[in-house]
Amino acid sequence: MGMTVVEKILARASGLSSVTAGDIVEPKVDIAMSHENSALVINQFFEIYQRTTIDPKIWNPSKISIIFDHRVPAESPKTASNQKKIREFAAANSITKFHDIRGDIGGICHQVLPENGYVRPGAVIVGTDSHTTSQGALGAFAFGIGATEMASVWALGSVVNVEVPSTIRVNVTGKFKKFVCPKDLILHLIGRLTAEGANFKVIEFHGPAIKKMSTSGRLTICNMSVEAGATCGIVPADNETVRYLREEAGVKGRIPLIVPDSDAVYKRIIDVDVSNLEPQIACPHTVDNVKPVKEVKGIKIDQVVIGSCTNGRIDDLEITAKIIKGKKVARGVRMLIFPASARIYNQALAKGYIGEFTKAGAVVMNSGCGPCLGIHEGALGDGEVALSTTNRNFKGRMGNPESEVYLCSPATAAASAIKGIITDPTKMKL
Amino acid sequence: MKCVMAAVIYKLGDDISTDIIYPGRYMATVLPAETPQFAFADIKELNSKLNSKYVPSGSIIVAGKNFGCGSSREQAVSTLKAYEIVVIARNFARIFLQNSVNLGLQIIICPEIEANEGDDLEITTAKVINKTNGKSFRIEPMPKSRQAIIDAGGLIAYTRKRVLEKQTHNSRPTAN
Repeated sequence: MGMTVVEKILARASGLSSVTAGDIVEPKVDIAMSHENSALVINQFFEIYQRTTIDPKIWNPSKISIIFDHRVPAESPKTASNQKKIREFAAANSITKFHDIRGDIGGICHQVLPENGYVRPGAVIVGTDSHTTSQGALGAFAFGIGATEMASVWALGSVVNVEVPSTIRVNVTGKFKKFVCPKDLILHLIGRLTAEGANFKVIEFHGPAIKKMSTSGRLTICNMSVEAGATCGIVPADNETVRYLREEAGVKGRIPLIVPDSDAVYKRIIDVDVSNLEPQIACPHTVDNVKPVKEVKGIKIDQVVIGSCTNGRIDDLEITAKIIKGKKVARGVRMLIFPASARIYNQALAKGYIGEFTKAGAVVMNSGCGPCLGIHEGALGDGEVALSTTNRNFKGRMGNPESEVYLCSPATAAASAIKGIITDPTKMKL
Repeated sequence: MKCVMAAVIYKLGDDISTDIIYPGRYMATVLPAETPQFAFADIKELNSKLNSKYVPSGSIIVAGKNFGCGSSREQAVSTLKAYEIVVIARNFARIFLQNSVNLGLQIIICPEIEANEGDDLEITTAKVINKTNGKSFRIEPMPKSRQAIIDAGGLIAYTRKRVLEKQTHNSRPTAN
């Protein structure tokens, strides 16, 4: 019986010739990533060795990556102290894939991992963050785990008792219309699947529209696969994956391309033609409350947020710059832009985008997670409405349960920022 | 599980995210001693109930489908564990379910559960019996992959056992 991509990856990582959905395996981990919650991972890691005579020892420091992104620079003494503890732990344990708060190598973990070449097709990646699914964009099996599970990975080098997930295959055909983005595709899909439609399952992406999609767009769709409940989203590695890894991540040496067998067994197959796809928007307060933008156009907005691990890459900033160039952010609207990494920030600076943003009245922030989950900057006032390219709109997500968050593409967000109301970018004169 | 009786202290709907269970703005707090006070911080009634100290351990929160969706933050589980709450939901999001097993939070998958605040529920191995409305509902077993961790008493204990086994194995004299 043929295997899906994830079945192939899990078979290899577990030392088996084949596995099938439902099998229980213990895959070896290639990259174990955590951010500020490493403080809790460290506590739990030492807890494992309590009441033993064994010295706590990380199985392989070169496979651990710690990246500060959730509250950067620290917003409170408590966070600063946690970061200090983690920084000291990383130094003491020779964790070289450590990305501190810096303007050169810093950034959001889900962008720092791929752009530094830490992710390869076929790898098993775990992260103490639900959006670790992003790394499926490079053909890796990448999924989110809790801090205690990460402590166990640090000790053993494997994830214990993993049930091989079944797979939903999504075939994407057609050509995106101008100003319709990969974000619109994934929002549309989440609307169809619902927030629990892919729970405990993999979403495997195929089709000509995926072949043509840049790694950046693939990162967006894999990132948000978790919003349909998926264990991971995955794009089987192809020429674009190799191009990205060689040209943008500086990877040398052999790059394995793992593709599913032609007779692989899928739980469900979904076909999407993007030719007629219109800009989509997720309305408050669930990510699967998805509608075409035109159905909610005209709603007044107070804050526009562009950036995050979902949509803070250079092509997201490019489309934003294209729309906003020479225009002004509407009076009464705050527009916040935060690139996904320091590297992208510097690229945007070199391309002149940052200057266009500030000239238009937007505020460009450093790379980090802050505004997306209401833990740092960009909180909303009572009754305010935000339009954001981030990934969640749960009640209170942006720090205030009395506010509302809509989710959309960078094109929709940029067009709306100029108008001050929710606007369909495909209907806007530029 | 032996048969237990407990009351429903609160009823929640579908898609209760970890942002609702433990809002992001409290995520800088990680120590188990400090986190419980922020459980359901934005649902004032439930939060004050939990903090009132009048909620006996084993009390039940009932929810719809996809409980614990969203972020992998473990505080969402550890705070409920601190109050010794039992969560009965129609189903759970994967990471939340896994974190619950790892930390020993008692969760019950009960796909057809119907219960309201104040109802008395009897929980057996196979079903939940609502003594108030007289109906009984089947329990779906936990994914079998998690059983070894449940049996060990949580993931810390399970991993400790594995680390100890490895040491014993490594310290054995080898043939050559």
